Amino acid sequence: MASIGLGQALEGSEEFMQSYSRGKPSRPWILRVHWGRGIALILAALYFIVPFYAAMQFCLQDVNGHFTLETFTQVAQAPGFYSALWLSTQLAVATMAIVLILMVPTMIYVHLRLPRFRRVMEVITILPIVIPPIVLIVGVDGVTPAWLKASQWLLALIYVVLAMPYVYRSLDAGLGALDLKTLVEAARSLGSGWISIIWRVLVPNLRSALLSASVLTLALVFGEFTIASLDGWTTIPVWIYLTPTTNPRINTLVAMMALAGTAVLLMLIVSLDRSKSRKSRRS
Amino acid sequence: MSMDTQSPPSTMTDVSPTKNGAPVVLENLTRQFGTTKALDGLTLHIEPGEFVALLGPSGCGKTTALRVLAGFESPDIGKVMVDGKDVVHVPAQKRDMGMVFQSYSLFPNMTARDNVAFGLQLRHQRSSPRRARADELLDLVGLSEHTTKYPHQLSGGQQQRVALARALAIEPRVLLLDEPLSALDAKVRAELRDQIRALQKRLMITTVFVTHDQEEALSMADRVCVMSRGRAEQIASPAELYSKPSTEFVAQFVGISSRVAVERTGDSVGLFGREVKIRGDVPQGSESLDALLRPEDVDVVVAPTGLGIITHKSFLGATTRLEVGIAGASVKADILSSTADVFELGTRVDLVANARDVLVTASRRAT
Repeated sequence: MASIGLGQALEGSEEFMQSYSRGKPSRPWILRVHWGRGIALILAALYFIVPFYAAMQFCLQDVNGHFTLETFTQVAQAPGFYSALWLSTQLAVATMAIVLILMVPTMIYVHLRLPRFRRVMEVITILPIVIPPIVLIVGVDGVTPAWLKASQWLLALIYVVLAMPYVYRSLDAGLGALDLKTLVEAARSLGSGWISIIWRVLVPNLRSALLSASVLTLALVFGEFTIASLDGWTTIPVWIYLTPTTNPRINTLVAMMALAGTAVLLMLIVSLDRSKSRKSRRS
Repeated sequence: MSMDTQSPPSTMTDVSPTKNGAPVVLENLTRQFGTTKALDGLTLHIEPGEFVALLGPSGCGKTTALRVLAGFESPDIGKVMVDGKDVVHVPAQKRDMGMVFQSYSLFPNMTARDNVAFGLQLRHQRSSPRRARADELLDLVGLSEHTTKYPHQLSGGQQQRVALARALAIEPRVLLLDEPLSALDAKVRAELRDQIRALQKRLMITTVFVTHDQEEALSMADRVCVMSRGRAEQIASPAELYSKPSTEFVAQFVGISSRVAVERTGDSVGLFGREVKIRGDVPQGSESLDALLRPEDVDVVVAPTGLGIITHKSFLGATTRLEVGIAGASVKADILSSTADVFELGTRVDLVANARDVLVTASRRAT
């Protein structure tokens, strides 16, 4: 109603005509701000920023309260840091590879041939969220052969199960957005076998879904503590916990770095995806 | 969706024609889905280079027949012979059949050129001849200026033309068209229809076209196979199908027919006071008969004491369709729009049969 009043007041003026042609009445900027949204945004931002800021400040101070980058060198020299980082990286890469190789063809098959099975898949893939990690590791330990138990790759296999809910949902949304049946049949009629269909036709069109699945898996592996700790492997989260607390600044800084690393990776992947899709749209 | 403004391929480049079409034989094809019989003994022989349309209402099995031919479905019983060889057990990717789908099927991540070149890439053709061939085919369908565009930058009609170029690029033995025009608007549809037919004639490629639109089937095909309940009701040229439908289903489905009760005398029937010969066979064991009339088989004359009353009138452009209620039946008749002014709703009229012969069928009231 306010816009009608304003419209009548401005009728005939150039400003009104311009705003009318844009389909929006022009209002003074002070009225255009959505105060409710702004306040909610600020509160949410504070909730995240304050602890982060406090932690960073704590890391970058010496005992006298002066700014220092000393903690960074201490992290680099801390015993076991590099091996923990290397283990976590290996596990992350292995988990991503296994979960995608396993899930992409399965999901394509289910979407194409067994659409009724999608609901069952959904229930199965939600189980890892429902089952507590402690139950999972105790169960797995009971049935795993000794040679596998001694290997770090057992962790990757367990992480595959943990990552499934996120990967399933990302891929399900991606596949749902494609006319899968027609694309597959078109490729087959042109002479394409299944591997070529997946690699050349489907994977490029599922790029966003695959990227989000990968980032979520990565974040999961770099943040998982319970299972790695119970299974006796020193991944980054376990290392943070185990490192003697003589200098708590080191632990805090590593946690912050892990957080920042994931955030940077996420932004990198998202911007890569955007610039690619923009390029394809521009030409 | 923007309207296509590309001209038909009048400036066609000299594209090497595809391998001359292969003969196709579908023999006694049967396919059941659960309790539904999609195909029930379909038999169809297609000559090399022939354009055959499969026409029928939805659920008649026409799409299943095409999918069996493409290799996306396998028949429960029956043979699919291409070039004299049974291909029932050959997977779709090895059948060498180009297919254009009803929904837009271009690969969204590839440009028009890459889409067309996809099949050639799979056949290990080298990059530069592949690009040249793709550009040639895009030129053939009138899209030479759009080679680097992605599917989402093309209109629906343009996308279907790229899909056609893509299907033709692999020099298929048979071209399969699964209602490729049904998602397009009327003007583009008519243009593309002519373009497909012209290309098919030029390349002499065996083509099977599935449609539920009789106008499309009649205007494009060399022969039309009218299907009902998984079988071929009649396979004939468009002209024969229209003028001499062999069954009541075909007469009802192809063109528009009205039913009028008639009395039989010998080999003719009395129709609006005139004796008209019976075309084809007379249904056996039925006393009361109905004649099936096309709108152009009947003339309408204004008569204050006439037995008919005009109940509907619709303007169709050059002609106007009248519906006349007469003796409990409703008869459709087409007249020239220039003479339509005198026929208002409620006007009393007489009908005059102008057909030389007429198709009769057992009356529904009798059964």
